[in-house]
This record gives sequence, structure tokens and C-alpha cells, in this order.
Amino acid sequence: MSFITGVGLTSYGKHEGSSSLDLMSKAAALAIADAGLKRADIDGVLCGYSTVSPHIMLATVFAEHFGIRPTYAHAVQVGGATGLAMTMLAHHLVEAGVVRHVLVVGGENRLTGQSRDASMLALAQVGHPDYEVPLGPTIPAYYGLVASRYMHEYGVTQQDLAEFAVLMRAHACMHPGAQFREPITVADVMASKPVALPLKLLDCCPVSDGGAAFVVSREPTGEARVRVRGCAQAHTHQHVTAMPHLSELGAEIAIARAKQSAGVAISDVRYAAVYDSFTITLAMLLEDLGLAKRGEAAARVRAGHFGRDGEMPLNTHGGLLSYGHCGAGGAMAHLVETHLQMTGRAGNRQVRDASIALLHGDGGVLSSHVSMFLERVR
Amino acid sequence: MSGGKLADWTKGAEAIVYQSCAVCGARQYFHRSFCCACGAPDPEEKRASGEGTVYATSLVCRAATPETRAHIPYNIILVDAAEGFRMMAHGDNDLSIGDKVKARFARFAGRLVPYFEKATS
Repeated sequence: MSFITGVGLTSYGKHEGSSSLDLMSKAAALAIADAGLKRADIDGVLCGYSTVSPHIMLATVFAEHFGIRPTYAHAVQVGGATGLAMTMLAHHLVEAGVVRHVLVVGGENRLTGQSRDASMLALAQVGHPDYEVPLGPTIPAYYGLVASRYMHEYGVTQQDLAEFAVLMRAHACMHPGAQFREPITVADVMASKPVALPLKLLDCCPVSDGGAAFVVSREPTGEARVRVRGCAQAHTHQHVTAMPHLSELGAEIAIARAKQSAGVAISDVRYAAVYDSFTITLAMLLEDLGLAKRGEAAARVRAGHFGRDGEMPLNTHGGLLSYGHCGAGGAMAHLVETHLQMTGRAGNRQVRDASIALLHGDGGVLSSHVSMFLERVR
Repeated sequence: MSGGKLADWTKGAEAIVYQSCAVCGARQYFHRSFCCACGAPDPEEKRASGEGTVYATSLVCRAATPETRAHIPYNIILVDAAEGFRMMAHGDNDLSIGDKVKARFARFAGRLVPYFEKATS
């Protein structure tokens, strides 16, 4: 068994003057304190990557900077799925008895450490260097392509997609650490600047500075008992040109295997934390995961299904779309929020019951998927 | 390598070239020295007709470099080629999914790129 014994999260947005290592360190210190541990208790380190400060040995650089000497450490790179992929690995490492307490950490000064153009350019390189990148696509364009096809096949409209941006913003308004806390409407999303149609500015997550961390341990270290019930991955392609048919995407493969490994059904799930780099990402993943029928996720948003008081509260911190996206740490905020919900510490965002949570991450262009079930143990 | 190399737009030639496996019949657009479906070596290189059907579109209105910014808005499209492979290209801004298209070549940010227009029937 493995337990998420502590979590740490900075605000997302601008952290002028903070380096990627500073933001990682801040989140790591919070997570270790939350677990009731000392930094010397940490014997494993898994970290993400930084596009601002790339390094071939970031985990070692971080460990030295933070002042620890782990017996196991390396970086993990799976784009947006990195946080959950690291959590899955940490789960297996502690279960296998390799280490006792793994620090999982991600953080980057992506907003103030480089220009938005530089961020966009760095991210577009997930495209094929010979057959895609020379055409000048951007990450929003890769997802814009997917959106156009999904809308075509399932009758989803731009107004439908806008609902997800509005929902995430409404949730972010309840979190003091969120990058964007001004309420928006569907009309605001529709009127926002076109980026890569059908996606407009408010369909896209922002670029942020921030850091997130958690500790994964073999045994609980205190009252908070949240265990990894089961998890699985799927990797079907890297480039959007090589993406399989919409009905054969990795999210469906990963969730099927995760359900099997956890012995959990979607009907058991009480809280959802789903990757939302763009509104289309969230709409598709909710439907791929079985949290809404094909083409019906937006109707469920309108009906309040995914709100704090709804049947399936979703990303109550505001998600990547409004809490913010700082790279590898971006979607780690989803897990931090899930942990707060599961341990009754979410304050005015607290949901009624978060006893079993489903988390899902996506990297690349729906390329790499990680599904995970967390369970609160009494 | 047997079969020979045909120059395509990625090398500055006005051509779209795909690979076809003599063993399993799979087609692939990203060139490799083997078939990624069955692993057989030396897939045959073939020149595509340039005919296809629009699979997806995204009109780029925000670009990240001065060279690409000069072209906005430009339409990034995925085309299902008549020969059975999918490719990314540029196309007319008013193309819709399902449109039958035909390739020509255009200059973009200092390079030659495939550019699709509606096929005249």
C-alpha cells in the first residue's frame, strides 16, 4: 500500500524573482511539513522538468539545492501527465520497499522566467520536428485540430466548450491561490481573442509560475489517510498526426486498466480531478473517462453536476484553466486539491463527500495518459 | 538502403512522399528505415497524388515567432490522403472537415510547405 501523507502548493501566477528551484523548494517544504516529517526522512525524490531551466539531472540538482541526500532520485518527463506518472511510480517504489518516503515535486517560473513566445515555442516542440513543426503549429493548434474533429463527430459547440472555462473560473474564485479570480460568462469566452480556432483565449490555460509537491509513503504519518487504490497508464502516440481515432484514445485504455487494478467503478467515484489544459481537453476526458456520456459533458456542467455541491465535484481549485499551469507542477495542484477535499481541509470549497477520487492526467496531444483512484481510509 | 530516397517538401522539393510496406501493406507518413506496423526493413517510398479529404482544421491566430506571425491567420489542417495516410499541412482558411482537397505548395516562414485547396470537381 501507499499513502499520500502530505501535500504542498504555492499560489499560481506571478512569482517575480523566484527560480524553478525556489518554487519547487517552497512546495516541497510545505508537503514535508504537512506530512509531519523532517526533510531527512525523505529517501526518494521524483521531480518534473523546467522549460526555463532545463537540466539533464534536475532531481539531483534539486536535492542538493534543497539540502537532502536521497537514496533514489530522478526526473520524470511525460508532459502534462508528469505529476500523476510520478505519483504512480512513487506508489510502486514504496510498495516494492525501495524507499519509505518519496517526495514528488514540480515547479517552474514559466511566466516570469521567459517570454510567452518562448513558452509557446518550447511547448510546440512536442510536434514532429520534420513533418509538423515547420508548419508553425502551436499547442493550442494541436488541440484546436482535435477540437474541430470532436465537435464535428459529436455535435459539440463552441458555447458548450465555453461552459468548462466558466466552471473552472467559478471554482477558482473560491481559492485565494488561483491566478484568475474574476468571474466570466460564456459570452466572455466567446468574445475572447481567437488563438487557434475553434479555441479562443479563455478556452486556453494560462502560463504560470508555481510549485506543487506531495509525499508518498509506505505507511500513514498522521491522521490524513489517503491511499492510492489503483492506477494505470496508456500511451498511443506522440504526434497529433499519428493520433488514433477518437474512440481509441489512451484515456479510455488507462481508465479501464485503472478500474481493474483498483476494483473501483465510476459509480463509486465521489470527486474528480481531470486534466484541463484546454476546454476541449476537459470535455473529451470527462466523456472518455465515463464521467459523462459522449457529447453530454457540457449539459452536465450546465446542470451543476460538476460544481462543489453537485454530484461529481470537479477541480474545485479552478484547474489549469483558472488556478494556472506551471508545467510539470500544473496538474499536481489537482492532486493537492483532491487531498485537501479528502481530508476535509478545503475550507469554503469543501465538498460533502470525497471518499473516493478519480484523477486523470494527459501529456502531449492526448498522447500519454495516467488514471488514478485515491481512497480515504479511516 | 534499397528502394531509394525521394525528396519531399521537408527537403525543399515540391512533393509529398509516403512509405509503403511490401510485407504488411501498411502506409506511413513519418519516414523511417522500417515499417512501424510490422517492423520489416526498407519500406518503399512513393510519391502521393496530393489528393485527400480534410480530417481536422485549426485556424492559427496567435503565433510564437516573428516569421510565423507574418502569416496569421493561417489554417493548420490534417488531411487523410487518398493513398491511406494522414498528414499535417496548410490550407485555405474556409476549408471544412470532409472537404475533398488537392495539394499545391506555398512558401511559409522561409520554407516550402504543402498547401491544400478545395478540389475542383
